[in-house]
Amino acid sequence: MVINILMVFFALYFVASFAALGFGLFFLLRKTFPDQDPFVIANNYLFYWIIGDLLMRFFLQKLPVMSVKPLLTLPIKRSTVVNYVLGKSAVSFFNFLPLFAIIPFSIILIGEGYETSMILTWMFTMIVVVLIINFVNFIIEAFSANSELSFLPIVAVVGVLFALNYFEIFSLTTLIGSGFLAIANSPILILIPIVVLIVCYTINFKILRNKLFLDSSLKSKVTEVNASDLSWTERFGDIAPFMKLDLKLIWRNKRTKSMAMLLLVGVLYGLFFYPQPQFLKMEFMYAFIGIFSTGFFLINFGQFIPAWDSGYYKLLMSQNIKYEQYLRSKFILMVMSVVLLFVLGIPYVYFGYKILIAHFAAAIYNIGVNTHVILYGGSFNRKKIDLDKKAAFNYQGTGAVQWIIGIPLMIIPMALFGVTNWLVGFEAASALLILLGVGGIVFHKKLMKGITKKYLNSKYKMIDAFSQDN
Amino acid sequence: MIYTKDLTKAYNGTTVLNIEELTIPKGQSFGLVGNNGAGKTTYFSLLLDLIKPTTGNITSNNVVVDESEDWKPFTSSFIDESFLIGYLTPEEYFYFIGELRGQNKADVDTLTSKFEDFFNGEIIGKKKYLRDLSKGNQKKAGIVAALIGHPEVIILDEPFANLDPTTQIRLKQIIKDLAEKQGVTVLVSSHDLTHVTDVCERIVVLEKGNVIKDLETNPATLKELEAHFGSSAVVSQEEE
Repeated sequence: MVINILMVFFALYFVASFAALGFGLFFLLRKTFPDQDPFVIANNYLFYWIIGDLLMRFFLQKLPVMSVKPLLTLPIKRSTVVNYVLGKSAVSFFNFLPLFAIIPFSIILIGEGYETSMILTWMFTMIVVVLIINFVNFIIEAFSANSELSFLPIVAVVGVLFALNYFEIFSLTTLIGSGFLAIANSPILILIPIVVLIVCYTINFKILRNKLFLDSSLKSKVTEVNASDLSWTERFGDIAPFMKLDLKLIWRNKRTKSMAMLLLVGVLYGLFFYPQPQFLKMEFMYAFIGIFSTGFFLINFGQFIPAWDSGYYKLLMSQNIKYEQYLRSKFILMVMSVVLLFVLGIPYVYFGYKILIAHFAAAIYNIGVNTHVILYGGSFNRKKIDLDKKAAFNYQGTGAVQWIIGIPLMIIPMALFGVTNWLVGFEAASALLILLGVGGIVFHKKLMKGITKKYLNSKYKMIDAFSQDN
Repeated sequence: MIYTKDLTKAYNGTTVLNIEELTIPKGQSFGLVGNNGAGKTTYFSLLLDLIKPTTGNITSNNVVVDESEDWKPFTSSFIDESFLIGYLTPEEYFYFIGELRGQNKADVDTLTSKFEDFFNGEIIGKKKYLRDLSKGNQKKAGIVAALIGHPEVIILDEPFANLDPTTQIRLKQIIKDLAEKQGVTVLVSSHDLTHVTDVCERIVVLEKGNVIKDLETNPATLKELEAHFGSSAVVSQEEE
């Protein structure tokens, strides 16, 4: 429910922004470039829109092939099914979204005295191009779907196009811009994009027709096992089995794997802020960035404990395990990530030694306080997670808990740091965070006992919730 | 060994299981039969403390299962796929269960090597994740995992479903051996009357949550069960 509301909210937000762009673009361009024709400039920027759109679709839009599985056994022609799938993709949200910008922009252009037939041709061309992007994306996806790092080809293609243009080796902006203008001026040329569209559709049709068998693309892929030596976990004693399980969990499932990649984002997070002098002046921001960047994995992984194990929760609950060991394994994993992220973030000292101190304080706070807070919050998780689903924009498992837990996790340390920094000073503020963190570490055993109890109390509710399909 | 007293389970006021008293002695191979919704899986889930009883309780080896966790070391089970960890290979899964039950790798290897026939070369050394195995092979792995660590009580829900005929016959032998030679209490549920009568010394028929038959298996049992389920089919036809 929450997720649906969230998605609708996002959708409305995008519709609103696109519409605002459509209505405002003309005047914006006229104001920024008073001596040039806004229509021409808009066309020159179309190149960026095309590659941006392509990139976004690659990560977010998928051909709805799985939904036709039941159709295959019915007396429907294979080509009809393929046409249905492709047709369905043409009416996706991704194709309607640009219309919210294109149509208002066109109306305003006509209102401003541009020739109606020219603008209508242009508008129509844009719609054709949107559909071309739609189908080109599926062709790229079809070719890159089988490789492990499936996003590399698209990133490479987009990168090369962008570089060619940026370094003015080959100006795609002007090429595409003048292409659109040419079509707008002589409508007969619209046949070119239409032919391209037909070609793209035919290629898709052929690819899909060959793939639409239960044994090829519709069958879920079988992956080779990648076993690595995890014997180093043995030093953690009785929690070693769980640590091994957790590491395999992270490494062998799509969603958790992409989450692990977020470690990199955690490391680089400070780079969004520190190079900018206005942020560098705000010392209270250091704690926020510190908490966030050293706790990046902690937050992303921790918020879905124990839902990561929801697929086999019944097994864990009926097996001969100690709950406390199970939780401690997750705890150790999070602590290790914090330490790692802190160490990797040491180079931020370049921007000032205070940053290092604040990050250190934040790391200690993360280890001592936030780990426990997030484990405690986990006991309220009642949403199952399918590990095999992709990670980007996947809100499965997200509930109110994930929003509420953010308050003690981020806001409280920020507020504490900010207020102390303002009233007393930077050193005192850092010391406060460290003190709280050390406190948490000292009382670790006690805290874990309480948390374990909380989990045991919600055992039946969790088992029940995890065996429901959302 | 397993003593059930005044056990009921109700969801929103609808009673799905109601067992006044049921005693399963140690070393018995016990079969539970009934149509869909008769309460078989509910009973097993209660035995494993996966759901909370509405009234009454089950005592296993003098441990009240919903009050203490001390039944866990001597109980093992395979209820459904949610007892498998999809991203592990069968070997890793066996070792993991082994570690939880205090068995080292060598112990686990010794045990699983006894089941080479049963696995039919499709489980060990295939470098495949459990989630990529067929339903039948997943079940084989799950059943064998339930035998790791010398459990005294083994609970298997629908173990024969999805298995091929050869494997079904091998599984019957395994279950018989467990009860007869090793004194393990084996609880099995099934829709297949022939399989249960072949394997179990005692068969309990559940219907809408109630125990309506409690039979010692003898050569006439299969006929009796067939007659029972056949007649209820006739009755329900007449009702329509």
